[in-house]
Amino acid sequence: MSEPDYTAPEMAQTSPYDERLLLAQRTDSEINQAVLQPMMQTGKGFWALVTILSLIVAWGMYAWGYLIYWGVGVTGKNRPVYWTLFITTFVFWVGISHAGTMISAVLRLLKADWRRPITRGAEAMTAFALLMAALYPLIHLGRIWKFYWMIPYPNNRLMWPNFQSPLMWDLVAIFTYLIGSSLYLYLALIPDMAMARDHTGSWRYKLYRVLALGWRGTEGEWHKLHRALGIFSVAIIPIFLSVHSIVSWDFAVTIQPRWHSTIFAPYFVIGAVYSGLAALASILVVVRRSMRLQEFLRAEHFDALGKLVMIAGMAWVYFWFAGFIVEWYGNEPVVRELIQEEVAGKLAPFFYLQMSANLIPIVLLVFKRVRTTPALLLAATLLINVGMYTERALIVIGSLQRNDIPFNWGTYRPTWVEVSIVAMTFAGFALLYTLFSRIIPFVPVWEIKEGRLRYTMRRIGRLLVPTAAELD
Amino acid sequence: MVMDANLSVETSRRWVLVVDLDRCTGCQACVVACHAENNVPVVGEKQAGYGRWMHWIIIQRYWEGEYPNVKARFMPVMCQQCTEAPCEPVCPVFATYHNEEGLNAQIYNRCIGTRFCGSACPYKVRTYNWYAPEFPEPLTEQLNPDVTVRTRGIMEKCTFCIQRIRRIEIDAHAAGRIPADGEIQPACVQTCPSNGLFFGNLDDPDSQVSQLARGRRSFRLLPELGTEPGVIYLKGGETNV
Repeated sequence: MSEPDYTAPEMAQTSPYDERLLLAQRTDSEINQAVLQPMMQTGKGFWALVTILSLIVAWGMYAWGYLIYWGVGVTGKNRPVYWTLFITTFVFWVGISHAGTMISAVLRLLKADWRRPITRGAEAMTAFALLMAALYPLIHLGRIWKFYWMIPYPNNRLMWPNFQSPLMWDLVAIFTYLIGSSLYLYLALIPDMAMARDHTGSWRYKLYRVLALGWRGTEGEWHKLHRALGIFSVAIIPIFLSVHSIVSWDFAVTIQPRWHSTIFAPYFVIGAVYSGLAALASILVVVRRSMRLQEFLRAEHFDALGKLVMIAGMAWVYFWFAGFIVEWYGNEPVVRELIQEEVAGKLAPFFYLQMSANLIPIVLLVFKRVRTTPALLLAATLLINVGMYTERALIVIGSLQRNDIPFNWGTYRPTWVEVSIVAMTFAGFALLYTLFSRIIPFVPVWEIKEGRLRYTMRRIGRLLVPTAAELD
Repeated sequence: MVMDANLSVETSRRWVLVVDLDRCTGCQACVVACHAENNVPVVGEKQAGYGRWMHWIIIQRYWEGEYPNVKARFMPVMCQQCTEAPCEPVCPVFATYHNEEGLNAQIYNRCIGTRFCGSACPYKVRTYNWYAPEFPEPLTEQLNPDVTVRTRGIMEKCTFCIQRIRRIEIDAHAAGRIPADGEIQPACVQTCPSNGLFFGNLDDPDSQVSQLARGRRSFRLLPELGTEPGVIYLKGGETNV
């Protein structure tokens, strides 16, 4: 039996409305195959990638063990730079996790149809980025073996955690968001698990049978799924706004110069959306190529996503400027010193790297050619995240190097332990994502099919025009 | 005010330390005394050079003027025992909290090492155990049995020698009296060769520290932050050190 190869389809451009019609030329079973087939393929390149990523993760685990065995002294921290790359990367990963909900929940509520093929990838990114972020509050502890003292439970020490501490707010916010976003990811996955169950055998069949929860696709099941997704989309938006606000309050509630700022919460949220959307675009470009999903992730999706990144970038610039101008105008001695360090001092290379890496892509994304050419989009969005990581490093590490008493000023040099652990989470994220893409249908098949149902060609007089129907 | 009648006397107390900058010669005797009294580990040249020394008192030295008219200014800075301490609310496990005597207490056993208090402290007087504490011979011979040796991965800082405060209080209570003004002396106060440090109760209007605090020369460090420190500095005329 020879199966037709759907992985590299010829795009038949028959009518200018084809893009909007979401794969009208395919039958349902053809779409199923086109999504499932790349999942089953695990070539040499795939295993090489998994091996390399696993090795980096293993090395990072060794570095973490080394850190736990010898103490925090093996990192580059000192007095006054008590927080460094771990907290920086923590903020970065929490930021990345924001785009999943942004795309999925916000765009679902707005009924933006172009979200359909990319929601799964975005939601998975949220869940995995949060898992990586959740490691850092543990890694940075001096006595990690006592981490459970932060968890509120009745204990023989008769101690309740201090809910005045932003770290406790962090704990609550991140776990709420992790649970919420995992459930949200899973809910939207159930119909596709059932689809995969019906088209696979061996261990995959067993796995999907369990994950599909006996989904049969009845009217009642669809009704409940849509209701649940509707409720989740609304409920998760306040959580997604609160998480990065709370992360910003780790800094803003202290009286450390440049941290003590009321604009930090919205500034962090918009920065998170900016870097998260950029990361999503980068990932989609890579996955699209490696899994040959060109048929589903098309120019129109990258175009819309690119516009969203550009708008988030402009908003980020506005918030950055609103914060910066007040601090500069205020001209308080330590803040003046910090701004001086950034603009013309030792931090200047990082500052200009950050500003150019955050500003240039906004200009680039104005052009449709950049938004729709995968390689250019990848370059622009990777640059954004280089900028956003540097920005977080400047906030966390840069600010801590200066404080109100000049005798206490310090400098910071990273060590191999910190760099290895940071690399571990980047490789860990990529590894989880790679494995995920081979187990879970990367493109939400039912959402695409549903989207297709919206559009029909109708004849009005002599014209043949596409019309969209209101779903649910 | 007094929560435990068995351990404390029935008076209101706000312990303060007065540092007379006009008398400070920057000799670091208080730092050495503090190390000895509180089992503060030494970290060695390399670590100290990287800003990881553990002194609970930091003699800050500032140069004033241009050569040859250079003056050295010394300012001993220890935990300011703030009334509104920025370090306290940020600790997730109550390892640092405010006791009823206005002291900013550090509970070593509770600390899990988030270092949030260190980031929040505007005076940067909290020190962290980066590695397991080391006491090269013969320092082990003089460890103070009244004070715990802190493990690695936790924060520590000046306690105003709370072990000395408690011992004098308990002895005085047993004898049915109130500790006299100046009877309680932290190690630094006891050691200062130029009598530049004073310790006492600010709530007692007649105590030496109260009188000094009311003086023209008194000020507190970074008062604009609103932390209301329990360390009062005195600085008056010209000092030539």
